[in-house]
Amino acid sequence: MENASLLEILQKHPFVQGFQPKHIEKLAALGHELKLERDRIIFREGDESSFFYLIVTGKVALEVTALGRTLRVQTLGDGEELGWSSVLTSEGKHFQARALGVVKAIVFDGARLREACEEDHTFGYEMMKRLLGVVAERLQATRIQLLDMYSPAGAKA
Amino acid sequence: MNDSATFTDAGVEAAFPAGGPADVMLPAPCKVAQVDKETHDTFTLCLETKGGDGSPLFAPGQFSMLYAPGVGELPISISGDPEEPGRLVYTIRSVGKATHALVTKSAGDAVGVRGPFGTSWPMTEGRGKDVLIVAGGIGLAPLRPAIYHILRHRGDYRRLTVLYGARSPRDMLYRKQLAAWTYLPDTQILTTVDYGGLSWRGYVGVVTTLFRYTRLQPDRTIAMICGPEIMMRYVVRELEGRGLAARDIYLSMERNMKCGVGFCGHCQLGPYFICKDGPVFPWKRMQGWMGKYER
Amino acid sequence: MATTQAEPGTELVLEVEAIGELISRLRGRGYEVIGPTRRDGAIVYDSIETVEDLPVGWTDEQAPGKYRLKKREDGALFGYTLGPHSWKRFLHPPEVRLFQIENSSDGFRIVNSAAAQAPPKYAFFGVRACELAAISLQDRILIGDKYTDAIYADRRREVFIVAVQCAQASANCFCTSMGAGPQVKEGFDIVLTEVSDDGRHFFVAAAGTPAGAELLTEIGAKKAPAEAVKQADKAVDGAVAMITKRLEMSGVRELLYEQVESARWDDVARRCLTCGNCTMVCPTCFCVTVDDASDFSGESAERWRRWDSCFTQSFSYIHGGSVRLSPKSRYRQWLTHKLAAWQDQFGSSGCVGCGRCITWCPAGIDITEEVATIRDGAHAAAARE
Repeated sequence: MENASLLEILQKHPFVQGFQPKHIEKLAALGHELKLERDRIIFREGDESSFFYLIVTGKVALEVTALGRTLRVQTLGDGEELGWSSVLTSEGKHFQARALGVVKAIVFDGARLREACEEDHTFGYEMMKRLLGVVAERLQATRIQLLDMYSPAGAKA
Repeated sequence: MNDSATFTDAGVEAAFPAGGPADVMLPAPCKVAQVDKETHDTFTLCLETKGGDGSPLFAPGQFSMLYAPGVGELPISISGDPEEPGRLVYTIRSVGKATHALVTKSAGDAVGVRGPFGTSWPMTEGRGKDVLIVAGGIGLAPLRPAIYHILRHRGDYRRLTVLYGARSPRDMLYRKQLAAWTYLPDTQILTTVDYGGLSWRGYVGVVTTLFRYTRLQPDRTIAMICGPEIMMRYVVRELEGRGLAARDIYLSMERNMKCGVGFCGHCQLGPYFICKDGPVFPWKRMQGWMGKYER
Repeated sequence: MATTQAEPGTELVLEVEAIGELISRLRGRGYEVIGPTRRDGAIVYDSIETVEDLPVGWTDEQAPGKYRLKKREDGALFGYTLGPHSWKRFLHPPEVRLFQIENSSDGFRIVNSAAAQAPPKYAFFGVRACELAAISLQDRILIGDKYTDAIYADRRREVFIVAVQCAQASANCFCTSMGAGPQVKEGFDIVLTEVSDDGRHFFVAAAGTPAGAELLTEIGAKKAPAEAVKQADKAVDGAVAMITKRLEMSGVRELLYEQVESARWDDVARRCLTCGNCTMVCPTCFCVTVDDASDFSGESAERWRRWDSCFTQSFSYIHGGSVRLSPKSRYRQWLTHKLAAWQDQFGSSGCVGCGRCITWCPAGIDITEEVATIRDGAHAAAARE
């Protein structure tokens, strides 16, 4: 990452595939490079921090703590997105996110991204399309996870 | 003995004579060598077999009807190495009377064995191709013999990718083996759980989410899938979406079995007897039957 | 007194008295003769010793969900059609102890395996064309497929078959739609056609095997005069004329595979009690279950095989639940298997048109009607598109 500019790194990220070059540049202008060390808590449940991350390399776990136990409910890896809710709303985070190893990402301020979408609807539409795709995929996967299909009395066809 | 041609993809014929002319309904007694604990409810039973001429005792994907004397009999996939002489290995989840009786046996006890029965994984078809193995939960057990075979005949196959999903880290099978296999060349082993604790640093999410971390070449890949039916349906969707042909996708199906040899009628799914026409099916044959509500 | 060398195929004539002689000679040869007899208000199959055990002068009246015996005006020996029993109960018994297990130094030892015992020697007396067709269909599953069922195979090999051509049909018969009768074509040792008409009472007979030919010669069969053969043919034609039900078989396989969501299945599910009577009386249904049990000491155990029915909830049970839970799915499974999946599995449908499932269904469900309605529904839907 040290040798490439942020724009070059962003251009390679799956999230922006199909974006017009001017939109990629607009997005790049809003982002910062970030390197997180292993076990760093990226955000906590309830945090009003509103950042959206495009993970370049590394693994991030989404966690929930209840009754003294911490459960990992999802992991995200290279080329994935973290914190989509920041772009949609300023509500607090629903989960805690932790870097499982060294994570390199591009981070965006959610509020500023929202503003950019409002100002330029074409850009905003492209952003929302992709975010909808991310959320849809997570929803499908989570539904299957909920089936608890590995347990003996669990779901069957 | 190390020649892949010693069994066909149709499976090894039932080879356990028990008293007199071959009668597939009579179990042969085999002694338990040991019982190992895999997870809180899953155990691996190792049986000793006598005789044999050194050729494989079964083909990967086949099953035996295991009899806990006086308790009951049920179909269990064979999960050991087909080319390891004198042993039959079964990974069994204790969910009822008969499975409980099997997993609580001690070394020296006798267990009845009928079989092997059923069709097998396409080890011959897969030669010269990338092999993608996708397993969910205890579904890794019937696929392990395929992995053993590939490792023994490594030059016959190209890249090996194993994607394995389990409920939680403590429900995962064969963890040490999976960890060891990760270091083999041309081999990618990815495991995921539905949820994990702080000590789990691997992936969390359904097994279909692992595909994005692989590099699939659809025209030279053969896929073998085993797990809960719902999982297999979604995995097939994912594979077809990534360009795999229906004839290159294989699944292992499961239904209620009483005889294992096509007489009792219980295991039927549409026109297929899972015990005779399966349990391994190319997706082309299963298309249209799996996922039809209440078939 | 032997007067004619009876060769297989030649039509012979027998007096009524010869039938009793036939039964004794079969018994003399060591066969247990199983034939029709009246019991509990029905004509069932059981051991018979003399011609008086047959339902002489009786017939049956059948309709969906209905079966009654009625006295005939003549003394015909085979003047009925079919009762609740089929020959499968003797070839593929309802209950078999497969083996016993005893403790031994190897862990356990199998003793008293049913397959290793000498099979009973049966002579089936009075087998209808549809029943012969059913036996040959069961042969395909239990002998002709990947593995052989030794118990069935042994009994089948020993059995001597005296077939009977039907001179009447019940209101539920539809063997003609299935190509299974009423003419007897093959698979028998001896075939008889009873002529009971206008005061005359005799049998036209033919041998299907050398063993049959030998017996017919022994009981005094003579070459049949043309007139006798004509009367026998007329009797069988009479049976054909009485058949009113039809099951249109063309395209039935595709129809049932496609019509998985037909509204008719919901309709039949409202009537079907899933009692399983149809599977018990059907001569081709073969499903069995296997049960293991031990005595309290654990010293010995037994494995039993019993008839089972796909109509039970537990038939398709697999960890945590049944695949086919609703009555609708179970009825659909039975009918689709019988008429469609059977074709893929064994090369022909599993139905011989005997009508027993219609007679013995407490709700009077008629499969010929069900198939016709599903077909109409499919046509109507196609017409709408």
